[in-house]
Amino acid sequence: MNNVFYLLLRRLRVPFITMIVVYSISILGFVLIPGQDDNGNVWYMDFFHAVYFVSFMGTTIGFGEIPFAFTDAQRMWTLLMIYATVVAWLYGIGSMLALLQEPVFGRLLRRRAFTSEVAGIAEPFYLVCGYGVTGRFVVNKLANRDIRAVVIDMKQERIDDLEMDSLPIRVPGLCADAALPDVLDDAGLQHPHCIGVLALTDDDNSNLAVSIASKLLVPKRMVISRTEAEVTTANLLSFGTDQVVDPFQAYAGYLSMAIHSPYKHLVYDWLVNPYHRPVSSVYQLKQGCWIICGFGRFGRALYKAFKADTVFVTVIDAKEQNVNQTEQQVWGIGTEAQTLEEAGIHDAVGIVAGTENDADNLSIIMTARQLKPKLVTVVRQNLDANRLVFRHSGADFVMEPGRIIANQIMAQIKTPLLPTFIDALKDFDDVWAHTLLNRMSSVVGEDELDSWSFTIGEVDTPAIHMALDEGAIIKMKVFLKDPRDRSHMLAAFPLMLRSGENIKIMPGELTELQMGDEILFCGLTKAFKQVEWTVNNYNVLQYILTGKDANSTLLSRWLNKDS
Amino acid sequence: MNREKVIFAFFIVSALTLNFGFFLGEIDKVIHHNVFELFAALVVSMICTVLKFGDRTHLGALMLATSLVADLQLIVAAILWGFAEQISGGMTDSMMSSVVSLSGGALLANIISVILLVVETIVVRR
Repeated sequence: MNNVFYLLLRRLRVPFITMIVVYSISILGFVLIPGQDDNGNVWYMDFFHAVYFVSFMGTTIGFGEIPFAFTDAQRMWTLLMIYATVVAWLYGIGSMLALLQEPVFGRLLRRRAFTSEVAGIAEPFYLVCGYGVTGRFVVNKLANRDIRAVVIDMKQERIDDLEMDSLPIRVPGLCADAALPDVLDDAGLQHPHCIGVLALTDDDNSNLAVSIASKLLVPKRMVISRTEAEVTTANLLSFGTDQVVDPFQAYAGYLSMAIHSPYKHLVYDWLVNPYHRPVSSVYQLKQGCWIICGFGRFGRALYKAFKADTVFVTVIDAKEQNVNQTEQQVWGIGTEAQTLEEAGIHDAVGIVAGTENDADNLSIIMTARQLKPKLVTVVRQNLDANRLVFRHSGADFVMEPGRIIANQIMAQIKTPLLPTFIDALKDFDDVWAHTLLNRMSSVVGEDELDSWSFTIGEVDTPAIHMALDEGAIIKMKVFLKDPRDRSHMLAAFPLMLRSGENIKIMPGELTELQMGDEILFCGLTKAFKQVEWTVNNYNVLQYILTGKDANSTLLSRWLNKDS
Repeated sequence: MNREKVIFAFFIVSALTLNFGFFLGEIDKVIHHNVFELFAALVVSMICTVLKFGDRTHLGALMLATSLVADLQLIVAAILWGFAEQISGGMTDSMMSSVVSLSGGALLANIISVILLVVETIVVRR
């Protein structure tokens, strides 16, 4: 049985007893008080008539005095009892209404509705803990791909946001602490269709609790967690969390790649970021000195990444605990020209405004640009609310931690092959990346570059599975032809082919495919929707392969044989 | 001493005693069975039921169930009495014995209820 029912019964105990007592006293009174029948004889009302009379007296006050007209004594009792029963009813109804309006009761009802809705989900879904910038972005992306999600957040306003966001599919949300196991359980942690858990709250301990709970209950299920401290990262990885994203480290790596191999960086940016930078925005940066303002978590991560790429760095910081941590350091915030000149801004190629204060960060890049207009500026945005100001700040890179994590997580969710491909990028040089980028650019133009993958087999590609079983030879180009007109090619191309342990980057169109091969494609989202026809529908596949509209019904086969 | 426990035990025990008082006597003799006693037994039994609402323990669920059984039996007995007096034209011996035997069933349920009360008291030694 459920909590709501018990709460209701417990609270209504006193009103119920009041009602029973008032009714029984009233009935007893009518039975005991002598009345008169038509002939003037003394007559006692029996229980049957007393129950009947009191029942309608209490609720309607109407049907008259039955079975005989009442004596004055009976009328006086009736008068008293009318008020007593009406008050008892008002009390009972009032208590019930008060209970319904109580926040505790509302919370219980919402929890119950949420639990039963989650239990009723019959499709694969992701459990997202935390609906901040990252969570919101990920849930939005998932919903647009028709993947279901369930959201838990500590703050009611975030859950309100979820309801106001008008997502294309329904996403159940609950305001509760995700670190509590029973909340997670209600949100579907043990649900057979829960395919992944994303711990995206801004509290590292909550993320840790969610990840551990998920890994303990269902060890094989994917868990992605956000973290902001190295200790937590190590802890999360120790029990097999599939992906740990640290916004500061992720951005530091991203920025350092932009500096030493700009084209490779653009390829990466196009693959994971929906709003990609135009090819012309590539910075041909010569190696030079960089200035980092703020030596907090972000500054440290960046310093480490830059040092690994042997970039010369000067650090500006005003906090006592951060002073003298590095070789080249200047004391100050960085908002004044004097500090920047002291740090050698005239010899620097770039500046990173990475303090924890948005106003300071903006001030730093404004001052820096006045001193040296050609400087590459990187600014850290802490609050999502400041997005408008930062977009117009004119900085070359704006670092929004929430979005960076969201993009990385979406890459993992879209297809696990994508991170593998990005890893493999390391072995290629920047010239090769430039060629790849040109190809991507010619395929998608200015639109979002989507990516998807197929595993040749019965689940992902049933039509191709059937054709391979029949002994047909399937080549890569099957995936690239438009099922509406096979002479047209779709706006997509293969990035990687993985068969067993062998990885082939940029496979040719004539590559023959075997059962179990995994292929990663990139291109426009609408091309992906067309390809799904080819791989799922046998008739469409036959058209692509032979150019004939295959008819596989018994009747048409027989007719075709005849003609 | 817990005031709530006193009230609770008072109602449960008086439900049993009233029920027993009504049941006592020859089964088909109308004069042995007082209609007011049946009324009192029914009212007290209903109050008992409400008092047992909202207890989430296993024992609480059992007690609620016994109380509901007693209510059901007594209500059917009362309806039968009213039917005999008003509709079928007077109380007969067979009708009376039906009413009393129904209240006997309720008596059994009330005995179980009191046993459970005693068990609970013994288990929770304080």
